[in-house]
Amino acid sequence: MMEHDNSVVAKANHPVIITRNATKEPKSIQWILISIVLLFLTLFLVVPLIAIFVKAFEKGAEAYFAAIAHPDAVAAIKLTLIVVLITLPLNAIFGVVAAWTITKYDFKGKNFLITLIDLPFSVSPVIAGLIFVLLFGLHGTLGPLLQSLDIKVIFSIPGIVIASIFITFPFIARELIPLMQSQGTSEEEASLTLGAGGFKTFWYVTLPNIKWGLLYGIILCNARIIGEFGAVSVVSGHIRGMTNTMPLHIEILYNEYQFSAAFAVASLMSIFAIITLIIKSFIEWKTDFKSTKAR
Amino acid sequence: MSIIIENVTKYYGSYQALRNIDLEIKSGELVALLGPSGSGKTSLLRIIAGLEQAENGKILFNEENYTHKHVKDRNVGFVFQHYALFRNMTIFDNIAYGLKVRPRKTRPSKEVIEEKVTELLQLVKLEGYKDRYPSQLSGGQRQRVALARALAVEPNVLLLDEPFGALDAKVRKELRRWLRRLHDEFNVTSVFVTHDQEEAMDVADRVVIMNEGKIEQIGTPEEVYDHPENPFVYDFLGSVNLFKGNVHKGKLVTGNVEMNAPGSEDGAGTGYVRAHNFIIEREPAEKDSIASIVDHIHTIGPIVRIEVIRQDTNEPLEIELTKEQYLNLEISKEERVFVRPKELKVFVDFMAGI
Repeated sequence: MMEHDNSVVAKANHPVIITRNATKEPKSIQWILISIVLLFLTLFLVVPLIAIFVKAFEKGAEAYFAAIAHPDAVAAIKLTLIVVLITLPLNAIFGVVAAWTITKYDFKGKNFLITLIDLPFSVSPVIAGLIFVLLFGLHGTLGPLLQSLDIKVIFSIPGIVIASIFITFPFIARELIPLMQSQGTSEEEASLTLGAGGFKTFWYVTLPNIKWGLLYGIILCNARIIGEFGAVSVVSGHIRGMTNTMPLHIEILYNEYQFSAAFAVASLMSIFAIITLIIKSFIEWKTDFKSTKAR
Repeated sequence: MSIIIENVTKYYGSYQALRNIDLEIKSGELVALLGPSGSGKTSLLRIIAGLEQAENGKILFNEENYTHKHVKDRNVGFVFQHYALFRNMTIFDNIAYGLKVRPRKTRPSKEVIEEKVTELLQLVKLEGYKDRYPSQLSGGQRQRVALARALAVEPNVLLLDEPFGALDAKVRKELRRWLRRLHDEFNVTSVFVTHDQEEAMDVADRVVIMNEGKIEQIGTPEEVYDHPENPFVYDFLGSVNLFKGNVHKGKLVTGNVEMNAPGSEDGAGTGYVRAHNFIIEREPAEKDSIASIVDHIHTIGPIVRIEVIRQDTNEPLEIELTKEQYLNLEISKEERVFVRPKELKVFVDFMAGI
C-alpha cells in the first residue's frame, strides 16, 4: 500500500508534459504561414507605402512642401475637410436614427429598410455619381427646376457632399445595428419606468452603451469620405481650386506628369489614413477592454 | 394604490394575447399572475406598467384613468426577468437613476439622493458593492439591485416580471421569502408574474391563474389549490391523475370501479385526484378500490413517488406518499395493490370524445 502511494507521489512530481495541442500545427508550418502573410503584406502594403514617401521626397523636401502649399492643393485639402465636416455629422445622425428605428421598433418592411441601407455597398460608386448627375444635372430630372432657382448642385460642392453622403451612409448604421440588436430594449424600458423621458433615456442609457461602436463607425466613415474617388469624380467636374477633392487633385497632378507633387499630396492622405488606423486600433483595444471587463 | 383592469384586450397581429381581462387589485396587496408561457400574464403586466398599450379596455390606478398615461408618468417600479440594470453605471448610479433624472423642480438634492441610495443598499444588503458594475455581481445580487432601483422612486405599484426566473433554485427560494418580507414592510401594491406555481403559492396574497389570454380563477393560494374551478386550474396546480368515465346517479364509473361523486351531473365526466390524495392498501376496501401493479418507486427527500398501472385500463397513476406511510406499507415493485382516492373532484366534459 505504501509503495503504491509513493509511486503516485513520484508521478505527480514528475508529470509527463504533453505540449502537443490539438489545434496547434507543428512549428515548421507555423513559420511558413507567418512568412507568407508577412511577404504578402510587405509586397502589397509596406512597399507601396514606402514608395509613396520616397516618390514624394524625390525632388527634396522643398519641392514636397511647395506641392502641398500650392493653392490648388490647399483648396483641395480645404474642400475635402468641408465635405467631411458636412457629411460626417449628417451620416452619424442618420446612422443612429436608422439603427434606433430598426432595433427598437417593430414594423412592416423592416428587412427591406435594412437592404436599402446596404444599397451603397452594392452599387458601383461611378454609377452612384451618375445617378446624381442624371437627377440634378442641367439636363437631368430636376435640372430645370434647380436652374430656375439658381441652385448649382452638379459640378459644385453640394453635388460632392450629396455623393459622399450616399456612398458613406451605411457605415455607421451598419456598425450600430448588430450592437444595438444584441443589447435589446430592456435597459431603455427600465429607464422609462423610472420616469426618464425619451431624450434622457437616449442620453444616459443608449448613447453610453453604443459610444465605442458609434466612434468606430465614425472613423470608418471619415476614412471613406476622405478617400472617395469614383462618385465624387463624376459629380465634381474637376474644376481646379474649386471642386477638386484630394483624390481628384492627385489624379490631375499625376496625369500632368507632376509625379512628385502627386505623391506629396498622396503622402498627406496616407498620413491621414495611418492616424485613422491608430485611432481605430485604440478604440478596438478600448472596446475589447470594456467587454472583457463586462464579462 | 389600487389597480383596476377593465375589459382589457390585446392583439399581436392576428394573435389574441389577452381576452377581455377584468381584475381588481386592492391597495397593499401582493398578487401573482400565474400561468403557462403564452398565457398572456407578461402582456398584462406590461400593459399595467404602460410599456404596452391595450387595444381595448381601461387601466385605473386609485380609480384614476391611467389607460393613456405614458409609462414615465405612471410611477411604477418594474423589475425585469433579466434585471435590465444599466451596464455602464455603477450600482450606486443604477439605484440613484430614477431620482437623478427627475426634472429640476422635483429632483432631490445630491445629499438626499446619497442618503436614500445608501439606505436602499443596506436594505438589499449590498452596502459594499456601490462602486461595482452590474457585470461584477451574481444573478441574485443583480436582481436585488434591480429591486432597490425600482423602490428608489417610491413607486405607486411594484411590478415584477418573472423576477426569479433566471436564478438557481436555492437563491430563488431565499429571494422570494425576502420579497414577501419586503412587501410586508413597504406595503406597496405589488403584482408579479410567474410560471412557477410553488412560487405563487408561497409568496402571494392572491393568485390569478391565466391561460390562453383569459383568467381561469382568482383566489387565495388555499382557495385555488383546494377548490379549483375548472380542469385547467386543477391540472396546472400540482400533479393530478385523471379518471375518464361516466357519471350516473352521483357515481363516476371508470374502468371497472365506481367512485362517489355526489352532486355531479350525469354524463361523460372526468375525475381529478391529486397525487397525494390516495390510499394504498393490500386488500380491496370499497367499490372504488382500483387493482393496480406497482411500476416504479422514487424517493425524493421526504416524499415517495409511486407509479402504479391500473389493471382494468392499463393507465398509469401517480401517487405520492410520505416516507412514513411508504415504510409502513412495505410495498415493492411488481406487487399488486389496491388504490383508493381520498378526495375526488369531477368535472363534466365540455369536449367529450376528444
